[in-house]
Amino acid sequence: MAHAYTPGLRVTQHAVVHKERRLPLKGEVVVERGQAVRRDQVVARTELPGEVATLNLVNRLGISPQELAGYMLKKEGERVEAGEPLAATKPFISWFKTTIESPVSGTVESISPVTGQVILRQAPRPVEVLAYVDGVVAEVFAEEGVRVAARGAYIQGIFGVGGECWGALHLAVDTPDATAESLGPEVAGKIVVVGSLISAETVEQARQVGAVGLIGGGLRDRDLRDLLGRDLGVAITGTEQIGLTVVATEGFGRVAMARKTFDILQACAGMDASMAGATQIRAGVLRPEIIVPTAADQEEEEVRPGAEGLQMGDLLRVIRMPYFGRIGRVSDLPTELCAVESGARVRVLAVEFEDGEQAVVPRANVELIEE
Amino acid sequence: MDDLNVVIATDCGSTTTKAILIEKKDEGYRQTFRGEAPTTVEAPFEDVTRGVLNAIQEVEELSGRQILDGERIITPADGDVGVDIYISTSSAGGGLQMVVAGVVLAMTGESAQRCALGAGAIVMDALAANDGRLPHEKIERIRQLRPDMVLLSGGTDGGTVSHVVELAEFISAADPKPRFGAGFKLPIIFAGNEDAREEVEKALGGKMALTVTENIRPVLEEENLDPARHVIHDLFLEHVMAQAPGYRKLMDWTSAPIMPTPGAVGEIMQTIARQQEINVVGVDIGGATTDVFSVFDGVFNRTVSANLGMSYSVSNVLAEAGLDQIMRWVPFDIEEADLRDRIKNKMIRPTTIPQLMQELQVEQAIAREALRLAFDQHRALAVGLKGVQSKRTLADVFEQGATGESLVEMMALDMLVGSGGVLSHAPRREQSCAMLIDAFQPEGVTRLAVDSIFMMPHLGVLSTVDERAATEVFERDCLIYLGTCVAPVGEGKDGEVCLQYEIDLPNGRQTGQLQVGQLQWMPLADGEEVEVSLQPARRWDVGAGPGQALNARVRGGVVGLVLDGRGRPIQMAADQDRRRQISDWQQALNLYE
Repeated sequence: MAHAYTPGLRVTQHAVVHKERRLPLKGEVVVERGQAVRRDQVVARTELPGEVATLNLVNRLGISPQELAGYMLKKEGERVEAGEPLAATKPFISWFKTTIESPVSGTVESISPVTGQVILRQAPRPVEVLAYVDGVVAEVFAEEGVRVAARGAYIQGIFGVGGECWGALHLAVDTPDATAESLGPEVAGKIVVVGSLISAETVEQARQVGAVGLIGGGLRDRDLRDLLGRDLGVAITGTEQIGLTVVATEGFGRVAMARKTFDILQACAGMDASMAGATQIRAGVLRPEIIVPTAADQEEEEVRPGAEGLQMGDLLRVIRMPYFGRIGRVSDLPTELCAVESGARVRVLAVEFEDGEQAVVPRANVELIEE
Repeated sequence: MDDLNVVIATDCGSTTTKAILIEKKDEGYRQTFRGEAPTTVEAPFEDVTRGVLNAIQEVEELSGRQILDGERIITPADGDVGVDIYISTSSAGGGLQMVVAGVVLAMTGESAQRCALGAGAIVMDALAANDGRLPHEKIERIRQLRPDMVLLSGGTDGGTVSHVVELAEFISAADPKPRFGAGFKLPIIFAGNEDAREEVEKALGGKMALTVTENIRPVLEEENLDPARHVIHDLFLEHVMAQAPGYRKLMDWTSAPIMPTPGAVGEIMQTIARQQEINVVGVDIGGATTDVFSVFDGVFNRTVSANLGMSYSVSNVLAEAGLDQIMRWVPFDIEEADLRDRIKNKMIRPTTIPQLMQELQVEQAIAREALRLAFDQHRALAVGLKGVQSKRTLADVFEQGATGESLVEMMALDMLVGSGGVLSHAPRREQSCAMLIDAFQPEGVTRLAVDSIFMMPHLGVLSTVDERAATEVFERDCLIYLGTCVAPVGEGKDGEVCLQYEIDLPNGRQTGQLQVGQLQWMPLADGEEVEVSLQPARRWDVGAGPGQALNARVRGGVVGLVLDGRGRPIQMAADQDRRRQISDWQQALNLYE
């Protein structure tokens, strides 16, 4: 792949971040273009159709589907309360009368003369979309949502679980390769940077003391399985109800956070951040993220993709064994295919790690760290 | 098609976009150059054409032919400039995802599944009146899914109306939304009882983009899948592709409709099985999904295992197969926690490749299990009614209901074809051969091949434009023949003789014995074809019946001839003995030394 690019995760101190905030169904947008919004402010709302209850009444009434309409006490579109009579027979002797009561409150959506099925629609469920990040409404999608533009630090993680959250950033470690020993009540309501490993114990402590999010270099799959209560088969996350949001910036296992990532988080310590754990690797790549809105007087770069290939001297991270997680700079980019230990002949590059060690790795196994 | 001299074809996969150049030479059509680039359908690029252009640019650089003028494909070809046609397939963005529904799960429900699968879709769920779920559960399920389209079938013509309409009412009540384009109506195809059309239109017409087509099961004994499949293809282009990033532009560029990748592979598999009069099983193991195709006695079936793959879905292989099943194929131990982390790292960074030999062995062990599970799923669905327009007698119908036997008969299989990165790009062909044998466990005499650079999708769509060009390239350049596997079926104790053989090898006649639990390999080059006389032991069958001798002609390949005495299913020893056993098998085929 001569044109292979190696997309890195976006990690930048000053950026303009654009977040689309869309309703699942059409509804009402409640903010205007140019309006400043707070992360917890509603920007759009709608109502999801209520749950459905189905009743096949013909058997219970002993009639045919075509006759059903004549036995209904409520017509299509009419409201019915739980326990209220919905249909009834009309015998000569009222003692033999059969009445069917509605099991739920809602509206009669349809009465089928073909199947004898009555469908009751329960009350709609309101849905609100929040701004998620402090910023300005840059665009309004009529009836659908908005695009919020925010200025500040932007960090993409590699994998996360849990939904959107926000809180002040708190650093529980001093260096990117350290690991937080314990978390106390001071992290309640905060997003905590815990270093190279988000362990099961750390997650448990964080939940107990009320932290809203954890950021670390890596986590162990074993701990993830315990956290979710299941083996995660496909990387589609973001809806887990686990009491907090977890974002790994580097990968699975114990991995020191990239220096740049850590430095930005350190510089933002104490500031309010928004964070989302949603990750989707397939069909619309979505990475977890941390956004720390800052004052707008910095010269920022747009968060837009770059597609340049690797260059000599580029900073990179190796993302597969045997050098997994190590960071270095490109020292050679041979064009010819080379055999690696597995026997595969692939395009490789030479890398000089931070400690001066040199290695040759497949190009497919590195990831650019943008500077 | 006249004057077709130069073709550029791309397949936009979920991970990479692969371009191949096909040129008419003196000897006929040949695949000459290839290029690939990461697929760019997803963020941050969100324009599939960018990856297509990158892949074509690589072909340009390698071939010296100018194909692009900026972002335009130059047509027609003139000397060393341009191509005559550009064609493409696509499985990017998760492919085509469908929900199907039928009245009886084992009848119209299965027909609907086969219809959707054969068209190249992933079936997210199959609903039926008798699927065991309560009405509100069905409605909730339909609502949760966000398919690209729905196929509703049910009832033979003149048969049940109420059950079909009931399903339509459930779908209407659920009011599912399409995956792409929040403001669009979800496409739904009705291919059931013609007497129910009016009522189905009443139930669904206002809410969804309803297309009515011929019944896929007009009478009990007949399956009529083609009309509905064509509608699926049309709607795929109109509704799904047109919503995916960059596809509108791509559709303008192509000279023939873009096909879903598995649909195109199915086309070429059927063409080859028909032309050579053979039974074929093919597999395409990708990053996200694994497709299995089979053609037995002219009956085509395709299944897709949506969450079995080698990168995006690799973690799911571990979840479904279990660690022990994977580790039984490697002769060393890895700490479970460590292996789990490695697999998850592959999932979140799907384009990485094994650098270490041990990593390669683990990856190929996972591939064996992914293939095995996908093939199990295929056998479960490739049953009963035969494919398009085929007829069965009433007796067959009752027989199917009684037994549900798979149409996949391994002893009758002539050729097994593997494709997808882990098979096509294995560092050694012997490894591909071993993965195929271990996962599919072919019986009797079976020829093995891999798709050299995964060009079956390209050739499938080309076959719709020019069948001759497609089959010429298939025969000359597409397949790499690995050789032939001879596997007697039976059970016995390790060391017992299960087969005696005489083989007329080019360097002389060779006679020998195959013992239970043993793998033997002998070289037989590609293009060579030799006579073998096989005499299985009393309770062992190599194709002519237990203990019956078989004479056959076997063909060579880049690996050669493999004699497999491990039994079916493969008998594996326990613990320490198993590691030695695996080492012996690996050495016999020279897999990793």
